Amino acid sequence: MQLTVWTYEGPPHMGAMRIAASMRDVHCVLHAPQGDTYADLLFTMIARNAKRPPVTYTTFQARDLGGNTAELVQQTLKNTVERFRPQALLVGEACTAELLQDQPGALAMGMGFDIPVIPLELPAYTRKENWGAAETFFTLVRGLLRGRPVPERERTPDRAPRANLLGPTALGFRCRDDITEVTKLLASAGVEVNVVAPAGASPADLLCIPEADFNVCLYPEIAHDTCAWLERMFKQPFTHTVPIGVGATVDFLREVGELASIDVGPAIAAAQTRLPWYSRSVDSTYLTAKRVFIFGDATHAIAAARVATEELGFDVVGLGSYSREFAREMRAAAEKYGIEALITDDYLEVEAKVLELAPELVLGTQMERHIAKRAGIPCAVISAPVHVQDFPARYAPQMGFEGANVLFDTWVHPLMMGLEEHLITMFREDSEFHDEAAPSHLGPAARRGGAESRAEATADDAPADASDDELTWETDAERELRKIPFFVRGKARRNTERYARERGLATITIETLYDAKAHFGR
Amino acid sequence: MSGAGAPSAGAAADAARCAQAGESGDGLTVLHERGQRQVFCGLAGIVWLHRKIQDAFFLVVGSRTCAHLLQSAAGVMIFAEPRFATAILQDRDLAGMADCNDELDRVVSELLARRPDIGTLFLVGSCPSEVIKLDLDTAAERLTRQQQGRVRILAYSGSGIETTFTQGEDTCLTALVPQMPASDEPALLVVGTLPDIVEDQFRRLFDAIGFGAIGAPVHFLPARHAAELPPVGAGTKILAAQPFVGETVAALGKRGGSQIVAPYPFGVQGTRAWLGAAAAAFGIAQNKVDAACEASMARAERGLARYREQLAGKRISFLPDSQLEIPLGRFLARECGMELVELGVPYLDRRMMSAELELLPAPRRLSEGQDLEAQLDRLRADRPDLTVCGLGLANPLEAEGLTTKWSIELVFSPVHGFDQAPDLAELFARPLNRRARLAF
Repeated sequence: MQLTVWTYEGPPHMGAMRIAASMRDVHCVLHAPQGDTYADLLFTMIARNAKRPPVTYTTFQARDLGGNTAELVQQTLKNTVERFRPQALLVGEACTAELLQDQPGALAMGMGFDIPVIPLELPAYTRKENWGAAETFFTLVRGLLRGRPVPERERTPDRAPRANLLGPTALGFRCRDDITEVTKLLASAGVEVNVVAPAGASPADLLCIPEADFNVCLYPEIAHDTCAWLERMFKQPFTHTVPIGVGATVDFLREVGELASIDVGPAIAAAQTRLPWYSRSVDSTYLTAKRVFIFGDATHAIAAARVATEELGFDVVGLGSYSREFAREMRAAAEKYGIEALITDDYLEVEAKVLELAPELVLGTQMERHIAKRAGIPCAVISAPVHVQDFPARYAPQMGFEGANVLFDTWVHPLMMGLEEHLITMFREDSEFHDEAAPSHLGPAARRGGAESRAEATADDAPADASDDELTWETDAERELRKIPFFVRGKARRNTERYARERGLATITIETLYDAKAHFGR
Repeated sequence: MSGAGAPSAGAAADAARCAQAGESGDGLTVLHERGQRQVFCGLAGIVWLHRKIQDAFFLVVGSRTCAHLLQSAAGVMIFAEPRFATAILQDRDLAGMADCNDELDRVVSELLARRPDIGTLFLVGSCPSEVIKLDLDTAAERLTRQQQGRVRILAYSGSGIETTFTQGEDTCLTALVPQMPASDEPALLVVGTLPDIVEDQFRRLFDAIGFGAIGAPVHFLPARHAAELPPVGAGTKILAAQPFVGETVAALGKRGGSQIVAPYPFGVQGTRAWLGAAAAAFGIAQNKVDAACEASMARAERGLARYREQLAGKRISFLPDSQLEIPLGRFLARECGMELVELGVPYLDRRMMSAELELLPAPRRLSEGQDLEAQLDRLRADRPDLTVCGLGLANPLEAEGLTTKWSIELVFSPVHGFDQAPDLAELFARPLNRRARLAF
C-alpha cells in the first residue's frame, strides 16, 4: 500500500480514455463500477470539450457481483456498437473490474463485430495514466497496422517529405497549439504533415501512418513505444529531440533535415524568435543565476532545464519528474547540472524538496503551483497534470519558435518585472516602498497579505530549523536583516545562520550578517 | 459487502436493462432504469465531510482511481495537506506478497505519526477493497486497540458498487451511531451535514421556537468535531436535514430514537414545515413557530420574488445525482412556479421521501436509477429550459443548446433554510440569466 495525498497521474484506464477522447470514430468500453464516470469531467470541465469522451461504462454494482457480470459486459458492448457505430472499439477494464477477471477484451473479440476490436491490458495496480495512454495508442496502432506491407515511399523531386506527428492527446499539456506550431515549423523546412495522431485522427487515418517518411515523436511519454515499433515494422525513423526552446527547436530542425535528407539551413536562418534578444537585453540581467526548481513529466522537465540554463541564464537547483518510465533520461539530464534527479510521484516529497531548496522560481505542474503559492515562490506551469488555465483561449504553444516566446513571457513574468529589482534596492527606504506596502497594481486599498505574507512567515523569514536552533540574532542584526528586500531576506537569513552554525557561533551580529554575505556572494 | 454474494436469480433479467414503468402503492408512476450511471460514488462525500468534521481524517483504502476521483471531484488541490488521503493498493497487496492488514497498520501508523492532530480516523472502503473482501471494520477495531484510545478509528464504505454519491455520507454517519453516548432525555437530533452558518441559523430558530425553554436540547450529527458526538436514546427525536441519511436514521432508530416525518428545509415552505414538524413532535404550538419564523420568512419571500419572476413557467429536468432532486423539484415547482419535466433520482427511498412526495406536484416523469443514453434521448426530445446534471455532462449538453445547472454546487453550497432560499433559487436562475445576457 502506498499512502497518497495528491496524485500526478490517474490510473492507466484514464490514459486509455485520453486516447479515445483524442480521436474520432473510436469508442471505448470500460468494465467499471458506478462512480468511475467521474473521469468524464476532466475532459468536459478542464479541457472544456464540447463532447463527452467516447467511453461507455458497464456500471456494475454490488448486486451484480453474485450474478453474471460478463453478461453485463456483453450487453454493454452490443448496445455501444449499435448506438455509436465506431470504426474501432477499444475494450478495457478499470481497477475493480480487473479483480473480477471477466476478460472483457476476450469477450468482445468473440462477439463477431465487423469492426476492429482492440483489447487493452491496463494493470491498474502497477501502472499509471501516461503508461496507459502510451500502451493504448501502441496497441491500437499495432492492432490496425500489423501485417500491412511497407508502402513504396520513393522520393521524387516533386514530392515533399512527409512526417507524422505522434503523441498529442486530450488533457496533454498545450498539445492543441503545439500541433499548429510544429506543423508550421515543418512547413518552413518543406516537410508536409501526413497524419497527426492520436489527436484528431480516426482509425482510417491511422492506416495512413506508414505512408510518411518519418515520425515526429512529439510527446515521448505517449508516443515513444509506438514510434519505436513503427521504425522496426515500417522503416520509419523518428525524431528524438522535442522542440521546446530555441536551441532544441534548431536541433529538431537539423534532425528533421537528416531524416528527410533536406537542407534546413534556410528554415533556421529565417526563424523568427524574440527569446534570444529579450534574454540578452540588459533588463534581463536580473535573471542571472536565478535559482529554479523544475518538476513535471520527463519531456517537459528536461526541456525546461535546458531552456532555463542555456536561454535564460538560470541555475537549475532541482530537477525531477513523476515519469518513472523516463527515470534514466531524467537522471542523465540532472547530472549535467550537477544535481540528483528527484524521481517520485509523492507530492509531499516534492513539497519538502521545494521548501528545502527555497528556489526563486518553480517550474512545475499544477501541483507545484500550489506548493509555490503556499511558499510564496513565483511559479509557472510547464507540464501536465493540467488545470483549466492550461487551456488558454489564446494561441500559446510550448514548442517551436513561437513556443519559445511563450516560455520567455510565462516564466519571466512571475518574477519581478523588468527593471524593478534593482530599483527595490535603490528605493527600499522610501515610505511608499516597504514590506507592508501592497504592489501598486493592486490599488491603494490593498495590503500585502495572502501568499506573500504567509510565505514570509513560513518560508522566507522564519528562522530555519527553529526546533533545534540555538542561534540567537542580536537585535541590531535582526534590524539590519529587515532592511533587506523581503524576497531575498529568507535566503540571507538562511545563509547567515548556516555560516554561523558552520563556525560554531551562538550569536549573530551585524558583522556575522555581512561576513556571511561576503562568504556566499549574491 | 451486502449484495456481493447475493443470489443471481434476477440478475440476468436486470442485466437485460429493460426499463420498466411501474405504478406503486401510492399511485406514483416511476420509470425504473438500469444501465450506465453518470454519478459519483460515495467517496465524493469526503469532500464535504472532511470540511465539516474538523478533527477527522478520511483514509480511503482503494486504488489510484479513488485518489484521482477525490482530487478531481474536489476540483481543488489547494490544501497543504488535506485531511483525506488514499492508501493505494498495489500488486504485492493483491498477490498476497504483502499482508493487506499489516500494510494497512503500517500506513495508519505512518499517517498518525505525521498527523498527531487527528482525533478520529475513518477507514473508507472502496470498490477494490470490497471486492477483495478486506474487512475494514475489524481493521478499525484492531487499530483502535493499538492506538490505546488515543485515536478513534472507524470504518465505512464509500464504494461505487454499494453507494451513490451522497450515500457516502449516510454510511459515514451510520458508522458514528454506535459510538454515540446513550441518553433517554428528550432531545432533538438534526441529521445530515449542514454548513456551519446554516447550522447556526437553525440553532437560533430552534431556540426562538422554544426548544430551550422546554429543556429539549438540539444536537446536530455530524458535529463539528467528531469527539463531540451527540447522545441518542428513547427521548431522541430525529429530524433529517438531508434526504440521503436513511440508513443513519434507521440505525438511530435501533438506538431508541424516533423519526420526525417532515419535508426537507429547502425553500420557505419546506423550512417552515420542517421546523413545524420538529416543534409538533415536542408539543410546541405552531403559533410559536410562526412567531419565531415570521421575520425570516418575510425576508426570504422578498428575496425569492425576484427569482420567481425569472423561473416561473420555465421547464426543468433533473438527471439523477444527489438525492436532492425531489425536495428541490418540490421547491422549484411550488415556490418558484417551474414545471417539472423529468425528475431523475439515483434511488427512491420512500421512508425518507414520504412527506416530500405528498407535496410534490406530479412531474411529467419520475425516474429511478439510470440508463444514461436513454435518458439523454428523452432529454433531447423534451428540451427543457434548464437541465440539472453532473459536471461530466454539463458542457456537452450546453454545446447541444441546452442550458444546464451543475448539480454538485447544490451539495457544496449553503442552500438550506429561510435565508438561503433566495440563494437556492438564484442558483437555478443564473444559467438562464447568463444565457439571456450573452450575444451568442
